[in-house]
Amino acid sequence: MRNNKTFFANIDWTLVTIYFCMLLFGWLNIYAANYGEGAYNLISMQAEPGKQLFWIATSCVWIFFILLLDGKFYTTFSYLIYAFMVLLLIGVLIVGKEIGGAKSWYDLGSFSMQPAEFAKVGVLLALSKYLSQLNLNLNKLETQLRALAILTLPILLIMLQPDAGSAIVFASLFLVLFREGIPAVYLTIIGLAITLFIITLKFEILTATIITTVVTILFGYLLKKGRNSIKPAIFSLIIGLGFIQSVGYLYNDILRPHQRSRIDLILGKIDDIHGAGYNLHQSKIAIGSGGFTGKGFLDGTQTKFNFVPEQSTDFIFCTIGEEWGFIGSFITISLFVGLLFRLIILAERQRSTFSRVYGYGVATILFCHFFINIAMTIGIMPVIGIPLPFFSYGGSSLWGFSILLFIFIKLDAYRMDILR
Amino acid sequence: MSRNKFADRRLFFYFLFGGSAVLLLITLFGIQVINNSYKISAENNVIKAVTIYPERGYIYDREGVLLVTNQRAYDLMVTPRQVRLLDTLALCEIINIDLEYFNKNIKIAKRYSTRKASLFLKEISKQTAAQLQERLYEFPGFYLQERTMRQYPESSAAHILGYVSQVPDYILKKDDYYKRNDNYGISGVESSYEKDLRGVQGTQYLIRDVWNRPKGSFANGEYDSLAVNGKDIELSIDIQLQEYAEQLMLNKKGSIVAIEPSTGEILSLVSSPYYDPNLLVGRSRSPNFNRMYKDANKALFDRSLLAEYPPGSTFKLVNALIGLQEGVIYDGTRFTCDEGWRFSAKLKIGCHAHRSPLNLIESIEQSCNAYYCNTFRRIIEKYPTAAAGYENWRNHVLSFGLGKFLDNDLYTGRPGRVPTVDFYNKQYGEKRWKAPTVISLAIGQDALVVSPIQMANMCAVIANRGHYYTPHIVRKVDGAPLNDSTYSVPKYTSIGKKHYSTIINGMERVFIGKHGTAKTARLKDIEICGKTGTAENPHGDDHSIFIAFAPKDNPKIALAVYVENGGWGSTWAAPIASLMIEKYLTGKISNTKQEAFILNGNLMNTEDAK
Ligand SMILES: [Zn+2]
Repeated sequence: MRNNKTFFANIDWTLVTIYFCMLLFGWLNIYAANYGEGAYNLISMQAEPGKQLFWIATSCVWIFFILLLDGKFYTTFSYLIYAFMVLLLIGVLIVGKEIGGAKSWYDLGSFSMQPAEFAKVGVLLALSKYLSQLNLNLNKLETQLRALAILTLPILLIMLQPDAGSAIVFASLFLVLFREGIPAVYLTIIGLAITLFIITLKFEILTATIITTVVTILFGYLLKKGRNSIKPAIFSLIIGLGFIQSVGYLYNDILRPHQRSRIDLILGKIDDIHGAGYNLHQSKIAIGSGGFTGKGFLDGTQTKFNFVPEQSTDFIFCTIGEEWGFIGSFITISLFVGLLFRLIILAERQRSTFSRVYGYGVATILFCHFFINIAMTIGIMPVIGIPLPFFSYGGSSLWGFSILLFIFIKLDAYRMDILR
Repeated sequence: MSRNKFADRRLFFYFLFGGSAVLLLITLFGIQVINNSYKISAENNVIKAVTIYPERGYIYDREGVLLVTNQRAYDLMVTPRQVRLLDTLALCEIINIDLEYFNKNIKIAKRYSTRKASLFLKEISKQTAAQLQERLYEFPGFYLQERTMRQYPESSAAHILGYVSQVPDYILKKDDYYKRNDNYGISGVESSYEKDLRGVQGTQYLIRDVWNRPKGSFANGEYDSLAVNGKDIELSIDIQLQEYAEQLMLNKKGSIVAIEPSTGEILSLVSSPYYDPNLLVGRSRSPNFNRMYKDANKALFDRSLLAEYPPGSTFKLVNALIGLQEGVIYDGTRFTCDEGWRFSAKLKIGCHAHRSPLNLIESIEQSCNAYYCNTFRRIIEKYPTAAAGYENWRNHVLSFGLGKFLDNDLYTGRPGRVPTVDFYNKQYGEKRWKAPTVISLAIGQDALVVSPIQMANMCAVIANRGHYYTPHIVRKVDGAPLNDSTYSVPKYTSIGKKHYSTIINGMERVFIGKHGTAKTARLKDIEICGKTGTAENPHGDDHSIFIAFAPKDNPKIALAVYVENGGWGSTWAAPIASLMIEKYLTGKISNTKQEAFILNGNLMNTEDAK
């Protein structure tokens, strides 16, 4: 019966439109970032804009095959795909090409491939598969641990490369568990941990200890639940103080110097616009100098003259900010918000848990990239090298994100069926 | 379906995504729309102001002879990032530096910036630069930058002209016109007329990328400004006279200052030992400077402006004039001299053997000490207290331009000293001193000191019969005569004009009198008036002093000559003054024997006892 349907039946055109708008806008900015650099043709396979056109075209081939395949393929083979991706992540540690001190890339002759970008699909499929089991109770510790294990394995492998940015993205999938019913207390604890983490780094260990103690006592007093609340209060205080100590240990002994200085920059503990802070400073100058309306397409000076590093990959937003101004920033952010909200709306209308979990996963991953990437270019977050989906130059990430998104579009097209 | 009871949790995602987007938008609005500093930083990033250096003004003498011009030189610049050196030694060899210098300066440049060029070696000569230019392609990261250096075609008048060097740090801090490595006049006219000579720097705005590569001009040069060349300056110096004076002072320590009395223009200003101003140009400046700085004869020290000597017997002229003005002596007043002036067994001022008594004119001719001790005593004792008499005397002296700064266009100077009443009160106690206590002032000794230029000005006062124009070194700036009342309004002494003629007659007798102290230096065809002096030097041979002007009527030149360790004023200083006058007025020298004696004279070995 389904075979009688046309190829494009039930496709969500809103997502597809946003997707191609992003590709177009992204490509224009990659073109601008490379413009004026030399006499060679920008639309050739020697230049980034030309190569990106190739990646866009090949992404369309992927999309074609994804839409062609039966939706059941993904549910059936999700664990297999997961296993294959894990193998790829192990393999890259062995035969990967080392770039900038990290083994994150397979060297395939004229192109390189970053398995972490594709592993997102496998991990999300496996997570969806696991959570879509009937009568799964996420309140049970065993279930929680199994779900976490699916996430933790690739995170550990990616940490070995090491690639902190991708690891954070994978970790963000925890939010999907929250939607699926894991107790809210976990999220609260994670929220508190992040707050404590920032306080500790910003104000040193001693100050953080005092703040935590005072806040705990205040809460204990305000809640006034009687004597039996004293024990848990003391218990949580001990946990909190222990956490502060381990943050100090992590910061001082585990983080590498360049990671420490990136964090210090964001927290305003160091102000060094020529050394560690040079990239961030130049990035803010480029975006800030765009003003409200921007300098105009191809008229940016900061990105064109290479004041901004990685200007067509991780820092592509600088070109947007400089040449298109606040209007460009607004359009970009609006496109993402539109994409993310649409994903949530679509995920919620799925009849199958598998599709819903997958939809939330896509939204969470894209959000993570979108927020961290833009936040780092304007100094809200430390510099974490992850691309801006559909905008940044790069084959692996564009393929990865396109596959990720269009599997969901395909699943959504099958939403009337129950997929397990 | 069972877990759809958690559907409300979708709201968390809406808040998280929406809230994050709002946070980003607010931050971006702040950076892009509200805060303007990023736009300025962006301009600073790409728009590089390139300084266009004006040509420094030329300096001419009063006859239009070019004294100071500019020559091309080159600075070797380095951009550390671009340095790819295969043969460091070859580079060192061409520019004549050692590896240590090379490594040190590369390190300094790196510390400043790896992307931006810094000065590696300054002021390379044209020849070396030409050699280097040919092979520069072998040394990526290095390039030559043109700059100008001073050049002195006459190799003379070093102290007057001063020198130009990189702008010192303390100027950089207080004057934002200057940038590091700009030229700056350190001394002499180069310093006092720095603002006229330097011109105005121009600026060209260029767009550069992060590697400092030019990408065209900014806004089609709309904001560019042109450089304005420095103004040319004409000095009052007569370079021929200056060079002659320098020859006469060769191998002697001391100073010659010649002034045109009718204008106050300085005709020559010599401090000896002197040096070739070309020594303080370019890369050799620093070693030469250090060598001369350490030299015992202090060639860098401008004696004509900064040395302070007692005026000695030349000061008797001033005391004679004050005596006449105060009415304590007349032309015919005679004082006896018993080989000196005796006040008590302890206090005696000696004199040489001569006929006694002498009248005023004869006292000048023969420089009688006793005559002036008596005159000085009468001047002071005319008043009820020594302090009142002294104060009155002192005011007369100050009107000759002594004891205070001249406040002219020379870059430096000294006030000299005419001691105050307080000075002696401190030394002897209030009311514990009288005229005899300070009697050495009668013959220009005691605590009285004047600089050679003040001495020459004092001579010009007498030549002018009672007034002077503040001595100055520059006649014209940019072709226009100085328009400054400081130099055009005469300053009068407190002595009546009528009193000068007697004194001037006495000064003439110094040359033509039978007993004249400078009769050997007389000139056949020129009426010349002068006065010898000797300044006691506690460290060695006395200093020989002479002041003179000529012709007697409508004087064209007044001068002061100091020869350190030259003994009697008549031995060295008087013949030098006479030669200078003849040279200036006639352009010839008649007494070639005396000229040869002076030119060959060497007093440099007469070291001060240490
Ligand atoms: Zn006598």
